[in-house]
Amino acid sequence: MKTLLWRFASLIVAAAFVAAWQILANLKLVSPVFLPGPDRAWAALMHGFAASNLAAKLGGTIAHMLEGWLIASIAGVALGALIGSSRLMRAYFGPLLEFLRPLPASAIIPLAIAIFGFSPAMAVGVIAFGAIWPMLLSTVHGFAAVEPRLYEVARALHLSRWQVIVKIALPSALPDILAGLRLGLTVSLILAVVCEMIAGLDGLGQWVLVAARMFRSPDLFAGVILLGAIGFVGALALNALERRLLVWRAPTRG
Amino acid sequence: MKWDGRALVVPAALLILAEIGARAGGPSDSVAPPSQVLTAFVGALGDGSLLIATRDTLASAFGGLAIGGAIGLALGVLFGALRPLDRLMEVTIELVRPIPSVALIPVALVALGFGYRLEIAIVAFACTWPVLLLTRAAVGGVEPRLIEVAHALRLGFVARIAKIIVPAALPRIFVAFRLAAGVSLIVAVTVEIAVNPLGLGAGIMTAGQALRPELMLAYLLWIGIVGFALNAVLVFAQQRLFGRAALVGEVR
Repeated sequence: MKTLLWRFASLIVAAAFVAAWQILANLKLVSPVFLPGPDRAWAALMHGFAASNLAAKLGGTIAHMLEGWLIASIAGVALGALIGSSRLMRAYFGPLLEFLRPLPASAIIPLAIAIFGFSPAMAVGVIAFGAIWPMLLSTVHGFAAVEPRLYEVARALHLSRWQVIVKIALPSALPDILAGLRLGLTVSLILAVVCEMIAGLDGLGQWVLVAARMFRSPDLFAGVILLGAIGFVGALALNALERRLLVWRAPTRG
Repeated sequence: MKWDGRALVVPAALLILAEIGARAGGPSDSVAPPSQVLTAFVGALGDGSLLIATRDTLASAFGGLAIGGAIGLALGVLFGALRPLDRLMEVTIELVRPIPSVALIPVALVALGFGYRLEIAIVAFACTWPVLLLTRAAVGGVEPRLIEVAHALRLGFVARIAKIIVPAALPRIFVAFRLAAGVSLIVAVTVEIAVNPLGLGAGIMTAGQALRPELMLAYLLWIGIVGFALNAVLVFAQQRLFGRAALVGEVR
């Protein structure tokens, strides 16, 4: 009950910020060319959905993001399981992964353009490359950190390597993998926007850049609001997934 | 980490394969053999273009890190020390934080135009969040008995923060800045690749558009080295300054 009250108070504070934004825009302290009020941004959002192709752009960005993220997730977890479950593989591949990890994923965009051209395949390739790292590294870490006694149990039960991975290592590494999925989704959204900006692919990245070039700031803010909404909904969905998958695990923090 | 010669096997094999593959494919506009990349790398290093671009990128990255880090630190300490304020700001933070930093590039472009200011603004936005969240957690996790000591000494709010809370949370605050430094470089390069005609990101885009794959890959290699070196220096500094103290609650 008390949490709910705090939540409500916090919502009012957020609403107050929006109101302050409106007042600031109405006073025209900042030129309306740069800063439209929330009313005009909202109107542009509604108009974009009703009369323009904003819905298609939104769908384009979500499609790029999810395609790249799914490829990265599957490949990242599979490769991570392969590398993480074997000490030998870790010795060979670990240092290479550590070197590649800090590389800004966007830096491979020019290379991807040279190979794929300005196509959706370029965007999906870049997103998959960028989003695979958090998944791969957290899976490797999760597999490497499995309680050794569980492996001893597996040996006593004569489990095959495949069974060990599926029945013991994977569930034990799940919290790490979920953290990787979460980070990967954030990376995917960022890279989707960047690729759309550069390659002019159908999506919100292109929408906001065009709006900025034409000084249509309400459209621009509408696009930014939608991008924020994608990030917000993505985080909520992963929270829900995490709660479902980790029911068996005692909550570590509130 | 112990030195292990096996670490070099895979990269060496990949390089040899790339050399053979690129040579067998003949001249190409999109890829180049590692030997030519190395030549281009030495050339770009020699004429100074690579170092100037590095200076521009790092200046923007660190400028943004300083501003975003300061904002994140101030808010993080406030939210961590004043629980009611933290709860009141909860929804606002939850709504603003998911906005991808690159989505603000056009907004900053309209307001600031091309150049350092655009890049610094975006980097600052991106760096604020990790510092804010980790500082808040660090301050919230300060041993309660230290707070009791502060009460017993009748320290005021400012003195309590300056003398008790910040020193106690310092190791974890350093971790926050280390992570934010990595973010700052990534975001700076991304902004340059997306729109800003400046620094390493612009250099790699120009090389790609000029159909000089060997120079483009040389830039890619250098960006990788810079990112790796930055991270290595900060990890080393963290171990020297704080030892194991910074490992408490480490967020990867």
